[in-house]
Amino acid sequence: MELLLIFIIGLLHAAGIYMLLRRSMFKMIIGLILLGNGVNLLIFLLGRLVKGKPPVIDEASKVFTEIYADPVPQALILTAIVIGFGLQSFAIILIKRVYKVLETDDLDDLNSTDEEI
Amino acid sequence: MIFAVISGFILAALVPLFSSFARNLIPKIYPFLPLGIFIYLGTCFSQVTQNAPMHWSYNWVPSFGVNLDFRLDGLALLFGMLITGIGTLVFFYSSYYLKEDKYLDRFYGYLSMFMAAMLGLVLSDNLISLFVFWELTSISSFFLIGYKNDDPSSRKSALMALGITGFGGLVLLAGLIWIGFVGGSYSIIELVNSSELIKSHEAYPWIIGLLFIGAFTKSAQFPFHFWLPGAMKAPTPVSTYLHSATMVKAGIYLLARFTPVLGGTDSWNWTLILVGGITMLYAAAHSLFRTDLKSILAYSTISALGILVFLLGVGTEDALLAAGIFILTHALYKATLFLITGIIDHETGTREVTSLGGLQKVMKPVALAGYLAALSSAGVPLFLGFISKEIMYESTFHFSNWAIILTASIVLTKVFLFVAGFWVGIKPFTGNLPQEHAKAKMPSPLLWIPPVFLAGLCVLFGVFPGILDAFMQTVFNSMSPEGEVIHLALWHGLNWVLVLSLLTLGLGFALYKFLKPSQSLKGKLAPFDKFAPIELMERIGITFQSFAGSWTGFFQNGYLRNYVISILIFLTVLAGYRLYDGVDIHLDWSQISDITPSEFLVVVLMVTSIFFALITKTRTGVIVALGIIGLANCLFFLYYSAPDLAMTQFSIDTLTVLLFMLVLFQLPKNRSFSTRKLRVRDGALSLMFGVLISILALEVFEAPSYTEVSEYYAENAYLLAKGKNVVNVILVDFRGIDTLVETVVLVIAAMGVFSLLKLNLNPFNKE
Repeated sequence: MELLLIFIIGLLHAAGIYMLLRRSMFKMIIGLILLGNGVNLLIFLLGRLVKGKPPVIDEASKVFTEIYADPVPQALILTAIVIGFGLQSFAIILIKRVYKVLETDDLDDLNSTDEEI
Repeated sequence: MIFAVISGFILAALVPLFSSFARNLIPKIYPFLPLGIFIYLGTCFSQVTQNAPMHWSYNWVPSFGVNLDFRLDGLALLFGMLITGIGTLVFFYSSYYLKEDKYLDRFYGYLSMFMAAMLGLVLSDNLISLFVFWELTSISSFFLIGYKNDDPSSRKSALMALGITGFGGLVLLAGLIWIGFVGGSYSIIELVNSSELIKSHEAYPWIIGLLFIGAFTKSAQFPFHFWLPGAMKAPTPVSTYLHSATMVKAGIYLLARFTPVLGGTDSWNWTLILVGGITMLYAAAHSLFRTDLKSILAYSTISALGILVFLLGVGTEDALLAAGIFILTHALYKATLFLITGIIDHETGTREVTSLGGLQKVMKPVALAGYLAALSSAGVPLFLGFISKEIMYESTFHFSNWAIILTASIVLTKVFLFVAGFWVGIKPFTGNLPQEHAKAKMPSPLLWIPPVFLAGLCVLFGVFPGILDAFMQTVFNSMSPEGEVIHLALWHGLNWVLVLSLLTLGLGFALYKFLKPSQSLKGKLAPFDKFAPIELMERIGITFQSFAGSWTGFFQNGYLRNYVISILIFLTVLAGYRLYDGVDIHLDWSQISDITPSEFLVVVLMVTSIFFALITKTRTGVIVALGIIGLANCLFFLYYSAPDLAMTQFSIDTLTVLLFMLVLFQLPKNRSFSTRKLRVRDGALSLMFGVLISILALEVFEAPSYTEVSEYYAENAYLLAKGKNVVNVILVDFRGIDTLVETVVLVIAAMGVFSLLKLNLNPFNKE
């Protein structure tokens, strides 16, 4: 299963970068989201896969008595998901705005700070 | 002593403070600063001349061996008195010369800063603080040269001077650090003891090479001389101060200072003789092709600096003594000539020597100063110039096999300088007074007293050289610690040197009578302009600029994807090489878990949606695919013991899709702009990157994992934080502040989103 996950991580990264390299702003955001998913999975994988043992202590005991999934990568990913959402939503609204104002979504039309009206 | 040095900086820093309410007082008060320091140095005079150098030490950065060590010996005293003495005269002179100038307060700030830096330079015994002051002189002179900052050529000259001297300063720093490294100390006086060690070290040629470049750029030696004529764009008092008496002599000072440490070897002597010799002849000859008084003076100054380098290169006791006296002689007569040039310019409005004449009728004291300075420059008996010239000839005359060539070249230089000095000091005052200058009048005493005073000193020291004996002895001993006892005299007896001296005077006078300054002479040089170092330097500058432009244009081209591509290629090549170079991946199958059918289904779903997201042409299609990818991710989290992640991912995923849907029809179409070729290239690149990430993941996965941090949290989650869900405890307790900041970030993002949605800032609607 780990090997399949590694394949998926590679695929997500490649797809994310490919979309990031497009000239369309819309595709750029898609790339950003794909890349974010890939990175989250990568961190998750590096915390090792453990099945059916969430890092939650039993009702009865005060410390773990058996093996448990690594909580640190999970905490990191949780943060990453939330921050990633902030970034994505801002980016989505931003390109919506840019598109409305400049009426283009070609990044090559945006590489100058001078307003050409 | 430290107060004497830094008071200039303090006063410079106070200028902006004063100028708001006491602008007009500044030119009246500031001249007393150099005067005060001059008097202070005067009180040290008797102790220093008894061969007892004074020493002050202040810790600055002791851990790096950088201290403010000041040492006042003969050489430092000579320079210190020139800096403050001529400084005093220049400060007073400027207060009248630039009276009408609206930035006069600023001018005094720069001038004080320069004087302080120069003092620090000649007093420093520590190599690093010497460098700091060295650079400060370059920087303050930049402001002074570019003082008339509305004139483009003035700005250009200032930039060129800064470029050349700043470059030299950096080279010098390398040399100084190297000396300190080899000699084991940053103190010059301690380095004298390890002189033999440094000279026999294999880095010695490099060290003196770096030191020479520093000194030659500062002291305008060939081929770095061209910044000095350009620097004449500065107001005349600045030229007087910086470009005749003090700053340009810093390089000479450096060479003289290091003579006991590094001097005496063939490579030292012959490099200096060669460079100094070329400079003095080249510049002296050049000065005769100029008609602007300041240009003549600039080239004759370069030539005089060449003579000094040349003498330090000859390096015999006579030569070092000659150098010591010539520093004083030259400063006195050249400052005088510059000052009277300033007066002529101020009163007549021109510096063209061809249109000047007969001014002695209107300004007698100025003319007197000019005559005396010119005669001293020429080396006529009874002037200080005569004595320095005698010792100069004496030193080359007895210099091994090359005596004839060296003596001939210095005699020739002196003949040229004779003419240059007469052109500036005598020609404008004799002959007929042209009609257009008839209205020129006697300047204020503040202008004519300084040159007359300096010219008077030329005569005083020339008639009674004995009063300089003790002083010159200590100067001489700073360069040559075991030197003999010296005695300066007017009359050296009837010998070949006297014959040469008379020959110089005769030839010089003949040339002065025969050769008249003229524009046509200047024109004759024009064809050679393209070989001049200044042209070469400008071309290098332009080439470098266009290179920098295209370099920046190549990398900072304004296309996001090109930036991403550069980063990708760099990363892939670097990490790829590392992987190729000695990492072998072997899989430990016991760590790999089995694949259940449901998991496999999720994998297939995910791969399919990724490809679908890549190729679909509709916006909705992509968003749906993204939603599925997110949900598949969510399922992975669920399978592998991360319920919190699954919940978060699920809600966030839903929110993202909702947000997309909300603005879907205001979003741009999912269009494709690039050509097939580009898509293939990008595809290959991203595939490469994906493979790299996979390999990295595989490698990290194989490495043993360290879980101390996780174990700490797991063990203490309940004991310390009373929580049983460890992930939650980490987020809200152990790393609570981080989470707080995270919420702040989210709030900011939300505010951004809200304002972008609601505000109507469309600039096109307003019109």
